[in-house]
Amino acid sequence: MDDDLITMDDLTNDEIISLLDDAERLLPVAHGSEYLPLLQGKLLANMFFEPSTRTRMSFETAMKRLGGDVVNLGDVNSSSAVKGETLYDTMRMVDGYCDIAALRHPRQGAAQYAADACAIPIMNGGDGAGHHPTQTLLDLFTIRQAHGRLDGLTVALVGDLRYGRTVHSLSHALARFDCNLVFISPAQLAMPAEIVSDLTAEGANITETEDLYGAIPDADVIYMTRIQKERFPDEDEYAKVAGIYKLTAADLAGAKGEMIVMHPLPRVNEVSSDVDGTRHARYFEQAFNGVVARMALMCRLLDVDVPGGDS
Amino acid sequence: MSAGEMRRVTAINNGTVIDHIPAGTALAVLRMLGISDDRSSPISLVMNVPSSKHGRKDIIKVEDRELTQNELDRLALIAPKASVAIIRSYSVAEKREVTIGDELVNIASCTFSNCITINPREPQDHRLRVVNGDPIELRCRYCGRPQDMGELVDNLL
Repeated sequence: MDDDLITMDDLTNDEIISLLDDAERLLPVAHGSEYLPLLQGKLLANMFFEPSTRTRMSFETAMKRLGGDVVNLGDVNSSSAVKGETLYDTMRMVDGYCDIAALRHPRQGAAQYAADACAIPIMNGGDGAGHHPTQTLLDLFTIRQAHGRLDGLTVALVGDLRYGRTVHSLSHALARFDCNLVFISPAQLAMPAEIVSDLTAEGANITETEDLYGAIPDADVIYMTRIQKERFPDEDEYAKVAGIYKLTAADLAGAKGEMIVMHPLPRVNEVSSDVDGTRHARYFEQAFNGVVARMALMCRLLDVDVPGGDS
Repeated sequence: MSAGEMRRVTAINNGTVIDHIPAGTALAVLRMLGISDDRSSPISLVMNVPSSKHGRKDIIKVEDRELTQNELDRLALIAPKASVAIIRSYSVAEKREVTIGDELVNIASCTFSNCITINPREPQDHRLRVVNGDPIELRCRYCGRPQDMGELVDNLL
């Protein structure tokens, strides 16, 4: 694989499967029931120029569970960025301090830009409305955990498909595993045309609709997303679509037994809390899986083998 | 070029003739080549002349200056089918191809308003990947967004 993870295109399908296998073997380490200091002496830079809870914490947890350590950018408002420091200069500094870096930035393309500036591996933790490939790895891990496979599943992606970088990365990966993609959103939050065009060119089977409830019976996965207020140009546009999809336990009555409901979290009101107790809810396991997925990725990028594999 | 067109602009002794430029785009071509503000070389420009191949076309003649291949590569953005002749002593000494490589480096900046390269202080090269040659389709190396070719002319560096 490449030296960095910027988009899912940096991984082949075989590499994805191999990473998921590594992640599987790291589950006891992530749970804390086994100590495996594979990354002892390694230092991760957590460079989050945008708010993050799960992604930042799971990167930190993953590194510490593997015996390594972490330095954080901290509050961006008290960093040099507010003094006008360029991303290039900041990342050149980090390149000297640390062995690997996770980057989240409001500007699209920031991760590739940082990767071009640095010798250390860069992991894209979200760049504007661009990509979020480490989220995709944990999403794929969660889907495979539930269904035992990735191939040929019907996956409904629901909500903000326009600005949601999570669904952009995920749809590319799912298409490569011949999944049927159902894009469910209001017209103003539809999947960007260039992504639909790319997916179609890759031979993806795509259905676009505004009807969530009609898609439930056929779905193997329903992937809900938050309508992201912070990405809207103005409040009025947000108000028109906020709360448009709300999934409740009652809505799932006609769903397949093994269908899972996922959400990258945080949720606002897209998934009712009464779904939490159903057999379908997987979002908290999904959040936990961020630790193992990122453990496996950091080992791979730092050329450290996870014991028990083929290599 | 027909004799009728020739009469519109006199032949040049030495320099570069760019023919078969899409009609109406010659000024943009001058800007793209970075020679619109160059006062040292006489420049002749003919617009909207009849063309057997293209219906209408523009022609540019730059005297006493031979454009380099690197300069000509920039042409591919708006005049990929242009033909270029280097003139020496009133004769065509060389014909050069307008080509576009795999990537345009520091020719134009990304047109996407939220790209990391929008900050003019970021020092790394502006890089646009060529994903298709005909018609030309470009994507920013960093943000991956397809480029609006109309807007790109305004983003020339």
